[in-house]
Amino acid sequence: MIAILNYRAGNLTSVKRALDHENIPSQITDEPGVLKQALGIIFPGVGAAGSAMRNLQTSRLDHVLKALIASGKPMLGICLGCQIILTESMENSTQTLDIFPGISRRFDPDLRDEAGNPINIPHMGWNSVSLQRECVLFRNVPENAEFYFVHSFYPDPGPAYVMGTTHYGLDFCSVFGRQGLWALQFHPEKSGRPGLKILNNFYRYCLEQSHA
Amino acid sequence: MLSKRVIPCLDVRDGKLTKGVKFLGNVEIGDPVETAKLYYEEGADEIVFYDITASSEDRGILLRVVEKVAETIFIPFSVGGGIASLEDMRSVLLAGAEKVSVNSAAVKNPHIIAQGAEAFGSQCMVVGMDVLRVDKSQAVPSGYEIVIHGGRKRMGLDALKWAQEVESLGAGEICLNSIDADGTREGYELDLTGLIARNVRIPVIASGGAGSPEHMVQAVTAGRASAALIASIVHYGEYTIAGIKEYMHHAGVKVRRTW
Repeated sequence: MIAILNYRAGNLTSVKRALDHENIPSQITDEPGVLKQALGIIFPGVGAAGSAMRNLQTSRLDHVLKALIASGKPMLGICLGCQIILTESMENSTQTLDIFPGISRRFDPDLRDEAGNPINIPHMGWNSVSLQRECVLFRNVPENAEFYFVHSFYPDPGPAYVMGTTHYGLDFCSVFGRQGLWALQFHPEKSGRPGLKILNNFYRYCLEQSHA
Repeated sequence: MLSKRVIPCLDVRDGKLTKGVKFLGNVEIGDPVETAKLYYEEGADEIVFYDITASSEDRGILLRVVEKVAETIFIPFSVGGGIASLEDMRSVLLAGAEKVSVNSAAVKNPHIIAQGAEAFGSQCMVVGMDVLRVDKSQAVPSGYEIVIHGGRKRMGLDALKWAQEVESLGAGEICLNSIDADGTREGYELDLTGLIARNVRIPVIASGGAGSPEHMVQAVTAGRASAALIASIVHYGEYTIAGIKEYMHHAGVKVRRTW
């Protein structure tokens, strides 16, 4: 079973529906016991970093998550769940979980697109990912696949953790982490077949780890 | 590099498509879920549902449709039409829509945009604008006026001023419909689209007037739109979404071609 972390940050049901469609057993939960039993954890989320952090701290889920990660539990952060595992967010200068060194930055409004026009903010729509390193999540995902993004801040982790980049006014990091602990700025649950493939690859990795 | 989006719009009344949608082979399909699935598989980047159900008692039918769509397709979709309160927004989002679109209700009570953005995030707040070309005046200096109730009621509100206001209130996107171009199939209102897109920083979806893939290229180049909304040109099987995207690609527009 995959646990979808419930910390009252936006709509968690779209991740649940995508997993259901792929016949991946899952449960939306904030129970430490259930999180511990799960093969892996998906850390989703939309909205603002500040209120998300407050929810995590109030429920002490911040400590629970860190302990689970230290124990080697596979985890996948999505969108806000990807930014919040860095040290800090420029969104209201929020201190975040500090699982990876790095900062979430706002897109500079002076950035320009390929036609020389100012970029729209948020970055909303389909964009590609250029993988910098091999990543099991992207196994059998077509190289020119695109993914659905919607965000005004982007993760800027330490260079050692960058796995994939996306171009929007600048090259920003859209996939980072390490084996077993990944973060995606885009929404795999809203990215059609390539996105569903990524969720399947995560589940397969979790299954393999549990049998290892 | 960000792709320009191709977005089919489906009009729904009492849980059924209002116009028979005909695909190749002229099979008429009235089921919004099956139609959404077909467009999803054909490469639609997003889908817009516009609910024209007259009475609020029938709202439950729409929500069941939204739930089924959310279980079937895995791209973003939005729901508009008759969204007038935070409660309306919440029920549609919980049923699985990615975004809600407010139109008349926002003109009557702009505060609802800020409330929606605060409660659910700007990313899911689309403001739909119906716009009529008029003589320039003191109240409407741009020559484009906001109308509501499906174009029947002029509001004396300047479209450019309104677009900037909805942006500052926290809208995440504008769906810009030209009443003059709507249904003509002679192309989008490019002056209007360009005017709004140049003067806000949030994405603008061009709507009204699509008759060919070339019109869609114009909307996202000269018109500077982030996305082009289409209806009849795909509903009656004249063009496929995949074919439209191929055309746009060859015209030099970046579109998503792998799905």
